[in-house]
Amino acid sequence: MTETFHLELTVNGRPRSVDIVASHTLLDVLRDDVGLTGTKECCVVGECGACTVIVDGKPINSCLMLAAEADGAEVLTVEGLAPEGRLDALQQAFLDTGAAQCGFCIPGQLMSARALLQRSPHPTPEEINEALAGNLCRCAGYEQIRAAVLAAAGEVQS
Amino acid sequence: MQAFRYLRPATVEEALGLLEEHGDKARLLAGGTDLVIELRNRWRTPEVVVDLKRIEELRPAIRVEGKRLVITAGTVMGDLERHPTVLERFPALAEAAAVVGSVQIRNRATLAGNICNGSPAADTTPPLLVYGAEMVIASRTERRRMPIDEFVIGPGKVALGPAEMVVAIELPMDRPIAAAYTRMTRRHGTDLASITLCCGVDSKGTTRLAYGSVGPRALLVMDESGVLADPKANREQKAPVLAALFAKASPSPTSMRAGPEYRVAMLPVLGARALATALERLGKTA
Repeated sequence: MTETFHLELTVNGRPRSVDIVASHTLLDVLRDDVGLTGTKECCVVGECGACTVIVDGKPINSCLMLAAEADGAEVLTVEGLAPEGRLDALQQAFLDTGAAQCGFCIPGQLMSARALLQRSPHPTPEEINEALAGNLCRCAGYEQIRAAVLAAAGEVQS
Repeated sequence: MQAFRYLRPATVEEALGLLEEHGDKARLLAGGTDLVIELRNRWRTPEVVVDLKRIEELRPAIRVEGKRLVITAGTVMGDLERHPTVLERFPALAEAAAVVGSVQIRNRATLAGNICNGSPAADTTPPLLVYGAEMVIASRTERRRMPIDEFVIGPGKVALGPAEMVVAIELPMDRPIAAAYTRMTRRHGTDLASITLCCGVDSKGTTRLAYGSVGPRALLVMDESGVLADPKANREQKAPVLAALFAKASPSPTSMRAGPEYRVAMLPVLGARALATALERLGKTA
């Protein structure tokens, strides 16, 4: 027997109403029910950060949150950074500094960085290291990622 | 994940009723950073998952009530690491909360969940032991307080009955203890500790040490001789006292994170560091 749940939430500013399987995570629902595949599935134990999205202003691992827990929440995914198809300042900085290599971790890196810049518009390199400690990059592009966040600091509207 | 029903009671009474009704087929969900992994791996296969986050009484809150600091069961690590009263009065707890997982984890993981999960490596257990925290436990018939030292039993085991839940954790504010937390990990961020350690000293010269990840549960030990807290005692005098306090460490020989010899060798190193910081803090408050 499949237990279902009626979920209402806002994703990237757009209200969504979906009937979901109660045991599905927010990551499952974003990718499979809402159809936004920018958020990546990787370790599914909250260690790699590829599935990071911003829920009610805070970055979280969407693989560790049941979708039902997000009922009524506002969710921002990587797709929400460029709603008009134009990159925002943070994404542009990642592009300019060559921060994206294979690209798989980048949606998660962007969301963690975005949340950091919202709470601390001019972060120190140490603050950036701490904010991105939960986002692994197997290409080891950490230097460029940190440079991109520093470059974007101050240009991102919170 | 195996299918389950997701329920979200509005009150503690309702949640306890669900526990009574479903028994061991129900599992409480606080932050979910441990439970969701257990569900996905089918280490736990409850029929009912009871989400506590819509219960008003448990919503994230840190408040002073009389001579206690009350931390509700819904309070997450991120709330603790930044809270002014926690930073000022219980800095070792803020330090422990600040190193749990990553920013993403700390935005979800609760203090109560960290303790109830019963991990020997839980970062927040040692500072709560040193500060003399009490668990506030609710059942349908009563509310009781239990010192955390009695509550924590062993890996995955805490003194919680099948129809009971932790609603808050309380810290006494009338027993000033200057404390510091430190840990040993392989990497910074999203790593489990190979040693967790908190050292607290008070103005009477008593030193409390709590250390975890080197045995089935975190241990609380005390030096009442005054040697460790004595600013005039030198390293040679303190070393044997510290060594005696770590005598009960029994790190697992099979853990992947660090070998038992290394952990045992590092315990007094971390202990001396945390003691130095605690004494510095005691000096500032005196």
